[in-house]
Amino acid sequence: MTQLALVIDLNVCVGCHACVTSCKEWNTSGSAGFMTDENPYGKDPTGTFFNRVQTYEVGEFPSTETLHFPKSCLHCEDPPCVPVCPTGASYKRKEDGIVLVDYDKCIGCRYCSWACPYGVREIDETQKVMKKCTLCVDRIYDESLPESERKPACVLACPTNARLFGDVHDSESEVSVTIREEGGYQLMPEWGTKPANHYLPRRKTRMHIHEDELQRADNPLKKEQRGPSAPVSEPTLDDSTSW
Amino acid sequence: MSVVHDPLKAPEGRIETKNTTCYMCACRCGIRVTLRDGEVRYIQGNPDHPLNKGIICAKGASGIMKQYSPARLTKPLRRKPGTDRGDAQFEEISWDEAFSIMEERLAHLRNTDPKKFALFTGRDQMQALTGLFAKQYGTPNYAAHGGFCSVNMASGMIYTIGGSFWEFGGPDLDRAKLLVMIGTAEDHHSNPLKMSLSKFKRNGGRFISVNPVRTGYSAIADEWVPIKPGTDGALFLAIIHELIRTGLYDRDFLVQYSNAAELVSTDEQSDDFGLFVRTDIARDPDCFDPQDRVWWDRTTDKAVHARTESSDPYLLGEFVTADGRKVKPAFQLLKERVDNYTPEWASEVTGIPVETIKRLAYEMGITARDEKIELPIAWTDVWGKDHETITGNPVSFHAMRGLAAHSNGFQTIRALSILMSILGTIDRPGGFRHKAPFPRPIPPCAKTPKSPDDVKPNTPLNGMPLGWPAHPNDLFVDDKGEPVRIDKAFSWEFPLAAHGMMQNAITNAWRQDPYPIDTMLIFMANMAWNSTMNTVGVREMLNDKDENGEYKIPFLIVCDAFQSEMVAYADLVLPDTTYLERHDVISMLDRPISEYDGPVDSVRIPVVPPKGECKPFQDVLVELGSRLKLPAFTREDGSRKYRDYPDFITNFETEPGSGIGFLAGWRGKGGEKFLKGEPNPNQWEMYEKNNCVFHYEMPKSYQYMRNWNRGYLNWAQEHRMLRYAEPINIHIYSEILMNFRLAAQGKLDSKQPPNHLRKRIETYFDPLPFYYEPLESHLTDKHKYPLNAVTQRPMAMYHSWDSQNAWLRQIHTYNYLYVHPSTAQQQGIEDGKWMWVESMHGKVRCLCRYSEAVEPGTVWTWNAIGKAKGAWRLDGDANESEKGFLLNHVISEELPPHAEGEHISNSDPITGQAGWYDVRVRIYAAADDEPQMSYPQFDPMPALPGTGRTNKVIKFFAGMFQKKAG
Amino acid sequence: MHPAFSVIFLTTLIGVGQGMFLALFTGQSYSAVELLPMQDSHNFYGNGAIIALLFLIGGLIASFFHLGRPERAWRAASQWRTSWLSREVIVLPILMFFVFVYGVMHYFDLDATLFTADTGAQLELSLVIATFGMIATFALFICTGMIYACLKFLQEWASPLTVINYTLFGTASGFMLATAFANHSAPELMRFYGIWTTIITLAALATRVASLIRNSRLKAKSTLQTALGVRHNRIQQKSMGFMGGSVNTRDFFHHASLVVFKSIKWIFLVLVFPLPLLLLWIGMNDSNTNMLLAAFVVQYVGLIAERWFFFAQANHPQNLYYQTV
Ligand SMILES: Nc1nc2c(c(=O)[nH]1)N[C@H]1C(S)=C(S)[C@@H](COP(=O)(O)OP(=O)(O)OC[C@H]3O[C@@H](n4cnc5c(=O)[nH]c(N)nc54)[C@H](O)[C@@H]3O)O[C@H]1N2
Ligand SMILES: Nc1nc2c(c(=O)[nH]1)N[C@H]1C(S)=C(S)[C@@H](COP(=O)(O)OP(=O)(O)OC[C@H]3O[C@@H](n4cnc5c(=O)[nH]c(N)nc54)[C@H](O)[C@@H]3O)O[C@H]1N2
Ligand code: SF4
Ligand code: SF4
Ligand code: SF4
Ligand code: SF4
Ligand code: SF4
Ligand SMILES: [Mo]
Repeated sequence: MTQLALVIDLNVCVGCHACVTSCKEWNTSGSAGFMTDENPYGKDPTGTFFNRVQTYEVGEFPSTETLHFPKSCLHCEDPPCVPVCPTGASYKRKEDGIVLVDYDKCIGCRYCSWACPYGVREIDETQKVMKKCTLCVDRIYDESLPESERKPACVLACPTNARLFGDVHDSESEVSVTIREEGGYQLMPEWGTKPANHYLPRRKTRMHIHEDELQRADNPLKKEQRGPSAPVSEPTLDDSTSW
Repeated sequence: MSVVHDPLKAPEGRIETKNTTCYMCACRCGIRVTLRDGEVRYIQGNPDHPLNKGIICAKGASGIMKQYSPARLTKPLRRKPGTDRGDAQFEEISWDEAFSIMEERLAHLRNTDPKKFALFTGRDQMQALTGLFAKQYGTPNYAAHGGFCSVNMASGMIYTIGGSFWEFGGPDLDRAKLLVMIGTAEDHHSNPLKMSLSKFKRNGGRFISVNPVRTGYSAIADEWVPIKPGTDGALFLAIIHELIRTGLYDRDFLVQYSNAAELVSTDEQSDDFGLFVRTDIARDPDCFDPQDRVWWDRTTDKAVHARTESSDPYLLGEFVTADGRKVKPAFQLLKERVDNYTPEWASEVTGIPVETIKRLAYEMGITARDEKIELPIAWTDVWGKDHETITGNPVSFHAMRGLAAHSNGFQTIRALSILMSILGTIDRPGGFRHKAPFPRPIPPCAKTPKSPDDVKPNTPLNGMPLGWPAHPNDLFVDDKGEPVRIDKAFSWEFPLAAHGMMQNAITNAWRQDPYPIDTMLIFMANMAWNSTMNTVGVREMLNDKDENGEYKIPFLIVCDAFQSEMVAYADLVLPDTTYLERHDVISMLDRPISEYDGPVDSVRIPVVPPKGECKPFQDVLVELGSRLKLPAFTREDGSRKYRDYPDFITNFETEPGSGIGFLAGWRGKGGEKFLKGEPNPNQWEMYEKNNCVFHYEMPKSYQYMRNWNRGYLNWAQEHRMLRYAEPINIHIYSEILMNFRLAAQGKLDSKQPPNHLRKRIETYFDPLPFYYEPLESHLTDKHKYPLNAVTQRPMAMYHSWDSQNAWLRQIHTYNYLYVHPSTAQQQGIEDGKWMWVESMHGKVRCLCRYSEAVEPGTVWTWNAIGKAKGAWRLDGDANESEKGFLLNHVISEELPPHAEGEHISNSDPITGQAGWYDVRVRIYAAADDEPQMSYPQFDPMPALPGTGRTNKVIKFFAGMFQKKAG
Repeated sequence: MHPAFSVIFLTTLIGVGQGMFLALFTGQSYSAVELLPMQDSHNFYGNGAIIALLFLIGGLIASFFHLGRPERAWRAASQWRTSWLSREVIVLPILMFFVFVYGVMHYFDLDATLFTADTGAQLELSLVIATFGMIATFALFICTGMIYACLKFLQEWASPLTVINYTLFGTASGFMLATAFANHSAPELMRFYGIWTTIITLAALATRVASLIRNSRLKAKSTLQTALGVRHNRIQQKSMGFMGGSVNTRDFFHHASLVVFKSIKWIFLVLVFPLPLLLLWIGMNDSNTNMLLAAFVVQYVGLIAERWFFFAQANHPQNLYYQTV
């Protein structure tokens, strides 16, 4: 069984929001139709986005870490948002595990968004249907696109390649290997939702300096030491005697 | 599960894709634009583009909302007679009228006094064309954004290593093991930098960030070193101190490739005190260092011609030459300079613990020494020596405006360049690498005219409007040493102001100091808002009249694409196209976009037609140039030479037959040549076919050590990137600066500074880097204003451009002042509440946000989020104007009156770089009964004729949007 | 959670309808076994059922305001296997159907006696229908309650108390209305209903206080640490990635000040329990329909406050991600 998902590497995400707006531009003209923006030029502008990037501070000065945290639908393997939907509009695809909303069935009751602990579903305030990340299902299978571009828009966009995409059930896939080797983890494991999307933690590279590395035989300062020398012009034995 | 809505079904419509180059910022990524029924559907990074390789940023991906923004100007506009500037009362006119107004005015000025026309341009990429226009017109009063941007970064490094960060070079993160990033938030090379930072980290590189604030890139650093703003020079000097003390420098590199071992005369009495000892007098090339220096050979214990085969010089010591002069190697002088710059001293200044400073030095030194890279690339140096390999010391640095935007930035950046040099990292793998056409000679050859007599009616300037002074005689001053330019660049106040000083253009023109001007044309710069300091004052100056009721700046033309704050002050508004609507070239004659492996340039080709009556400014300049009959735009017979801008680009050559034009790719009749070659009528098509980019990858052996690489230098000379194939040795000791100092001391037979500036020149033109407190700090009562205030770039906004962008403005709708909780609590300021930030120049009411990621002596905010009411077509109650704020109100464009004068620009005394980040402030809580609104507020700007409707809801769906909007 | 008024009215109105119907059912059952005098079919049961039905319809109408696409509401019945909402959507019309039939039978005196016991007690057809209705009523209480109780990470809701409270509140308010109605149409039953109303209201008080106590002791299972996967004691959000609000800030926060929030709790505790009971007893003593109606109205208003508080108090784990602009 396939379970497509994103793996987000917090170790390299710089919080640039490229995934946010590239997602918006791709999807607003996609099969779901426009993604509404309200008060676009007024007070408190707001709109439908499938992906948002948040910022946290961890620790206290000067040991502060600034953490950028992108989040879209995690395509849970046991998605609580699906069974609660009264219309069947929320569904999880058998073939690839993508959780989708059928926009033609949805009655906009918002119940599924209550049932998602992660806050990733957004009702479109003018279309009045529930929307969320589709894992760009309309890109990843689009044969008119070159193979290399059959990836979610946010993955293509991400300047730091912090967003990996693949099948987390295929133990040999890039995403599975990375999850395994880099300590990939899931959000809010306490609810048993088994999010398919994983996050990779911050990792640190350190340097260890050994005392003796500062005193080496080839220290260039040695070349600057001047041996005993006197100007040629000063008197020597030759000036007073001969043999 | 039966599905009603097929999620895979693509909406109907005619799909096209076109390539062009992004301009949501100056990074110049290649983009692929998908259109549906002629409307922009998707903008993605062009995977075949060498710069961004398919990635795109938040801004780039929001180009759709720029294209269809209601804030776009679409009609030429004239200020309604009888209304004030700033009221933004305009009437539509035709382009014909606009052109005749401009032609009449500019022709008259050119016939009488061309310097009365000033052309200043902002964050554009057209300096090649705008500079050419100014030169042809004959006005010295031209500059682009560099002076208020990062000229310190350019000059500090170019005057030291012949290249720089910014757009001229960068860190080789493919090979580096250690990266030290200093004072960089977003950078110009933003996308490629992000890409390479992540690769670097994943390859196990260690990333240290030195910055008072931890955001963005610094967020993913392995170590954050918080530093007090303006003190990095102290840090670098202490690191240099430590590296020299412990011997952790690359001796061989310094000896061969820098002037470290070259002897400097230290005899105060001798004529050449402070200058290099020379073997012969035959010198005076216009812009390269002749090979006429000497060093002290260790084996023979004598002065010998530097770089004599088999000689090995002392780097330290004091010597007496045969003729009895005391001399020292430049490196000895450096060592003496840093003797007192101990880590203990620097710790006090910077706030960084002593152990950290020492450790940083050791990490750099040991990594450089012990992790050496040997690439199997054979090359030959300019002195004819063959090398089997290229060596690299994999320590990279990157720095930007955190260093540049201080008035001590030039010397700080000199210190950084020297630090990079003594680690042996210049144009080597894993270190710093140049981008074509860099390295340049130190300094580059381009020079401005040198006297007021060079400004003549109906005559092009006999020099470049901007250039690189190498000597006091290169200054652009009159007999009394007073400035010729309105911005006072290249004068004794700011001798090395290589990028001009746009930040002072309006203030000086208003004060009519040094003289009044008549017409000012501002292109793509929001000088009534965020690219100006003292914004309230400058807005008043723009609208100020003399006793006769005439404007102090009589005529103001603004070319903008949007209803910006600046447009409100225009007498004439020229509506520009967007980047998706025009032809454009990103030329090597402007800021390069090259890669480490060779020259790159690129173009824009329209993907959609211009909206309304928008006209590319490029076409406007070609049209104006033709009407004014400027030589470059006119045939012998006086007829117009170029139909339009694309035609100009194809056929223009810097000189007839030079083979050099704006574009480097596909030159020669059939496109078979590059860099140099006859015009190619099909050049645009060839760019179009090739993703709108030209990229020449040089042979591997030309890719490193270019300052001294014979193969490269000859190649570059042959392709006219360089005039001389001479080595570009690193200036550990800067004789150029020394010459200015000597002039100030009256010891050089050259142009002389006015007396009140002698001390200033003598102090700051130190041939060796030194640390001094930023000028403004020095003149501030630091007990009253204890804090530093800085701004930084948000990744998802470009300066003031993007508040009209419906998607981006949701991310940054307004801004907070970030303050360390302890600092805020001392003043009783609560998180999320209103507060005041006040400098000696002004004050701003803003919202406070606590942050643990800021050095407690610093407060900061995102740059240029706050907006004036009604600008950018935002509603009057938009958050940008009610909650957002601009820090510029508390920054002054001039220093308070002091010994050197009354109206001295708040800039680096060497380069004229605007000291944005020098301001000192205090903070306090706003009272409960104050308005819950940012301060200052401005009268709302009305919607300009020709701008669009601002709907309450956007339902963007490509192919349907404009049809619906009607 | 953000208390949506459509949902507040939906749940409270159908609660009254359900409770009223239960009251009628109880009354008729007691009469059937001759514990209470038989009432006039048309005036009491018929009109009573109409009143119950009106409340149910009112709730239904309110529910439509909650739907983005009410025209597709029919689809909501399809997922009865998994969705409590779907089940509610199915049960509510079933209940309405029974109430309707029951009402029609009484109103038009169409009842038939199925069985007469030796004692003279009669089993009317209407009572059989009412029994089905009673089952549907309880099913509906369970569905409605479970819609909230099944969301396990909404810890304030995820408890059997939620279902119990919905049931008791609906029943109490329905009985309260029935008391007033009985005073007008069937005065002999007034005390009967009044006493039951008191008992049920006190029961509801007990269970609601129990849930308040439970909620005040809840320890959130999700924390910023689990939400982000970062193990550190001091994590603070600095930006949620947008500044003008979004669905996530609108739908999941009550946006009221702490003072308002706290006072609403006390308001509902007073309006739902002591005050209406006091009015009820005064009304019962004076046989004053207006007073009894006032008791109902006060309690109903209290229930609206109670429902507001029920939503507002629920802290959705998604809020961990949306704390700071
Ligand atoms: N998204 C986006 N990209 C941009 C721009 C934009 O507006 N938006 N603008 C473009 C332009 S014109 C420019 S010039 C570049 C500028 O690119 P950067 O130089 O990266 O931009 P700044 O935001 O000025 O960054 C200054 C950084 O220096 C830090 N800093 C301030 N003072 C000091 C100091 O004394 N020492 C140290 N070590 N750090 C200090 C600040 O905290 C901040 O992080 O960005 C370009 N790229
Ligand atoms: N406080 C503070 N102030 C700063 C800085 C800082 O760090 N702190 N940074 C400074 C720096 S480094 C810089 S470079 C400046 C930048 O400052 P500016 O050069 O003023 O940059 P923008 O605000 O982007 O404004 C440029 C103008 O160009 C217009 N524009 C956009 N696209 C087009 C186009 O296609 N054609 C035309 N004709 N116009 C267009 C916009 O509408 C806008 O009015 O800001 C400086 N100001
Ligand atoms: S993240 Fe939320 S919306 Fe997505 S599958 Fe999981 S529960 Fe459903
Ligand atoms: S909003 Fe739509 S998708 Fe969500 S539960 Fe309701 S019907 Fe299902
Ligand atoms: S996968 Fe597609 S829909 Fe999901 S966040 Fe990325 S771009 Fe948006
Ligand atoms: S695009 Fe990549 S780096 Fe940027 S915020 Fe998204 S995940 Fe992070
Ligand atoms: S970095 Fe600049 S040029 Fe590149 S995609 Fe972003 S906005 Fe466009
Ligand atoms: Mo800049």
